[in-house]
Amino acid sequence: MSALNLLIAVSAGYVLVLFIVAWGAERAAARGRGGWVRAPIVYTLSLSVYCTAWTFYGAVGYAARSGLEFVTIYLGPTLVMLGWWIVLRKLVRIGRRNNITSIADLVSSRFGKSNTLAVGVTLIAVIGTTPYIALQLQSIALSFGAFSGGFTGAPAEEVDVSQVAAWSALGLALFTIVFGTRRLNVNERHHGVVMAIAVEAVVKLVALLAVGVFVVWGLSGGVTGTLARIDASAIGQWQMQSPRWVGITFLSAAAFLCLPRMFHVLVVENEDESFLRTASWAFPAYLMLMSLFVVPIAVVGLDLMPAGANPDLFVLTLPLSQGREGLAVLAFIGGFSSATSMVIVAAIAVSTMVSNHVVMPIFLRTSGTGALVSGDVRAAVLITRRFSIAGVVGLGYVYYALSTGGAALAQIGLISFSGAVQVLPAMLGGLFWRGANRRGAIAGLSCGFAVWTYALFLPSFGAGVVFSEALIETGPWGVTLLRPQALFGIAGLDPLLHGLFWSLALNVGAFVVVSLATFPQPLERLQGAQFVNVFQQTGGRVDLAGRSAQSEDLMVMAQRILGTDEALALFRGAAQAQGLAGFLPEPDAQFLERLERALAGSVGGATAHAMVSQITGGASVSVEDLMAVADETAQIMEYSSRLEAQSEELTRTARQLRSANQKLTRLSVQKDAFLSQISHELRTPMTSIRSFSDIMRAAPEMSTAERAEFAGIIHAEAERLSRLLDDLLDLSVLENGQVNLNLREGRLADVLAQASAAAALGEDGKRLEVVVAAGDVTLNTDLDRLGQVFINLISNARKYCRVAAPRLDIRAWTEADGRVMIDFVDNGEGIARDLQDVMFEKFSRDSDQKAGGAGLGLAICRQIMARLGGTIEYLPGRAGAAFRIILPQTASVAAA
Amino acid sequence: MSGRPAEPLYLQRRSYRMRRVIDACRLLPFLGGLLWLIPLLWPQGGEAAFPTSRAVLYMFGVWAVLIALGALISSWLPRGEEAEDSAASPAAPVRRAEDAP
Repeated sequence: MSALNLLIAVSAGYVLVLFIVAWGAERAAARGRGGWVRAPIVYTLSLSVYCTAWTFYGAVGYAARSGLEFVTIYLGPTLVMLGWWIVLRKLVRIGRRNNITSIADLVSSRFGKSNTLAVGVTLIAVIGTTPYIALQLQSIALSFGAFSGGFTGAPAEEVDVSQVAAWSALGLALFTIVFGTRRLNVNERHHGVVMAIAVEAVVKLVALLAVGVFVVWGLSGGVTGTLARIDASAIGQWQMQSPRWVGITFLSAAAFLCLPRMFHVLVVENEDESFLRTASWAFPAYLMLMSLFVVPIAVVGLDLMPAGANPDLFVLTLPLSQGREGLAVLAFIGGFSSATSMVIVAAIAVSTMVSNHVVMPIFLRTSGTGALVSGDVRAAVLITRRFSIAGVVGLGYVYYALSTGGAALAQIGLISFSGAVQVLPAMLGGLFWRGANRRGAIAGLSCGFAVWTYALFLPSFGAGVVFSEALIETGPWGVTLLRPQALFGIAGLDPLLHGLFWSLALNVGAFVVVSLATFPQPLERLQGAQFVNVFQQTGGRVDLAGRSAQSEDLMVMAQRILGTDEALALFRGAAQAQGLAGFLPEPDAQFLERLERALAGSVGGATAHAMVSQITGGASVSVEDLMAVADETAQIMEYSSRLEAQSEELTRTARQLRSANQKLTRLSVQKDAFLSQISHELRTPMTSIRSFSDIMRAAPEMSTAERAEFAGIIHAEAERLSRLLDDLLDLSVLENGQVNLNLREGRLADVLAQASAAAALGEDGKRLEVVVAAGDVTLNTDLDRLGQVFINLISNARKYCRVAAPRLDIRAWTEADGRVMIDFVDNGEGIARDLQDVMFEKFSRDSDQKAGGAGLGLAICRQIMARLGGTIEYLPGRAGAAFRIILPQTASVAAA
Repeated sequence: MSGRPAEPLYLQRRSYRMRRVIDACRLLPFLGGLLWLIPLLWPQGGEAAFPTSRAVLYMFGVWAVLIALGALISSWLPRGEEAEDSAASPAAPVRRAEDAP
């Protein structure tokens, strides 16, 4: 059997084993008993896609050329893993919480589910990954070629390496399609693929260790001999370019987070956050073992192999030259594993991005009806993803074929890293800085990507391919400041570091400045808070009133993307959580968010958001509503505190209004009563006047004595009428303010004495005892009007004080502020409670009508006192009726 | 972790310990970075040049120590619920209820 046929058979057998492993893992996971599939160690091993064929073979070549510098490629990831609590934990938590499907999805979700960003990151990923896939294909082809010399003794054969690469690409695409797109998963996890990757990780480690052990103990006589050999070799002296040492360590650390395939295994395929705990030290250990024998192999290779031998293939050619075919085949399988695992995962990761962020949005837009397209969207998604995988791998092959292998490809590894790293500022900024916004991210990515393309990617094809030699030497149009490898006049730097520095510096600068200068949209702010504070969240969310969303439409859409069973389960669960029977929950914010996350697992955050908001009528509006609701809530809280302060006042006012109402009601009743009263009052004298005058007219023979008597009665009645009318007129004048005050000075005691002399003795002979204690108070006011008030009060007391010996105490004194107080207190029964309110109103009088009078007296008194600048009020709670008059010692003219 | 009866002043003793373990985890990569920067100080070229064999031993020695430290710290780090409490909000040592709004 020829060496090549053997290799092909071994490769095919190995791939078959991988198929079986992947298939078994899928089956076990599907049956839910694949505990071993979901183990931390599997997760750790799957991270080994970091170690590609470029590192498997290339590390030795790197070491043969530059000594220990190769190790920086592994130092970065080691440091990132050891510090997993800082970044990785947060990254994984956010990824799991939001069903993130790729790094493009993460960045786009963080910055308001922007599809522009997603497309940008996807573009970078495709451009960065394609040469890398080409590199893997090249390594497979080269390793086949290494056997073209045949085993020792076997005849040499010609190998068409490009054919090998083509077949490899085809096989890899097939494997990836079969296991990468079996299902459209809510969480986008591929147990079969991960398991296969883990097995490959073990294979490549074992292969490299085996070669290493053979070199150290088989060829160099143990550790001591090896160390001596190292020191004696061309790389035996410590030589290091400090900037590259630091720069590449940083680059590898950043790329470890940003490479699409690394993000996929680290975040998307992560089953359980706690796996990181194991991986944090186990993966560095894996990396250490992978690089442990690199230097010895390189040194021995340099020593034993002919001068022209390619150091990149020492791993393979060294055992071969020593006649260890078995070991060589093992090494070949190790390299094959490295290449295939990288291609598979990268293809899945990049094709997910392409289908979710480029193809699906276009598909949804062109299909017209948006999210409610007819047919099964799942099928469409799966088909786009399959085509994307084929496209990505195919692109890698085309790149390989066009670059015709050689040196141009070899250096593409680190350049590809630098391209992927352009996402780092937006990603870390989005994770830790709430102020980062979409415009900033777009600006940063654009700047970084442009500089990377100009300073690293295009020159990497070599002078004369894309950039002419003149352009690289003197800059475009002779502008030396813009030389691709000496930007801004800084020449002499290592081209890789130069490009990395400027691209990242401008990237970060633009990202920060634009973020600071612009204002994010509501959805960005919401997502920013969710991402940055992912550990503070307990899942609670502001509830938003239901939109016009139709649950049934949502259901139809969800079925097409998630599949019928999963969609039904999701909807039923949500309905149950809302306390509803059946499958149609209320489309409230919580449910929509949950649905969106579930959909995001299949088609990416931006697309899921677009689909749901198409049905719900614009969820971006709902976020603005949400903000508005929050504002309103704040306002309402402010209102309520103000209202609380006002409520007491309102209660007081209500009380006053109630009492005013009672008073009005009483007044109305009183007025009614008065109208009948006044008509009676007017009618009684009129009646007697009319009847007596009738008698006198009808009986002319009436005696003189009789005539005189009747005339007297008529006179008295007429007088009574005119008194009543006088009072009414008086009151009317007072109320209209047309009264003229006759101010003069006099003693209060004199006025009181006159008043009591006039009023104390009634016509019926009833006598009121008036006791005056006025002191020596002098007043300057209208004494006649004041006297009128006193007479009124005294005669009231006389009329209403129904005790055997009525008595009125009048007491007057001057307050410190110059006001004169005069109290009238009798020894009667006082005034009834309900009358106290209204007794100063017109026509108000005691219900007992024996006393007569029109009920105008107190009303007149109050009006007079108001004119004199004073008051008259009733003092409740005294022995009898008690009135208090307060008036200024000198009535001001203004009061008149 | 002696069983001293003294009342902790600010935090539960255990929470405090957890925080410091997290601090250690955060600092570990910086320690590694520092140790791996040391080779840049070694003499280069000429007679006094540092032999690569010793450089290899140093690099891998540091690597092994870091891995051991990482494994140790990881095993001490808080898990699950506990992790939320110790790390999420340094200002609030009290456990948040799951159903908090």
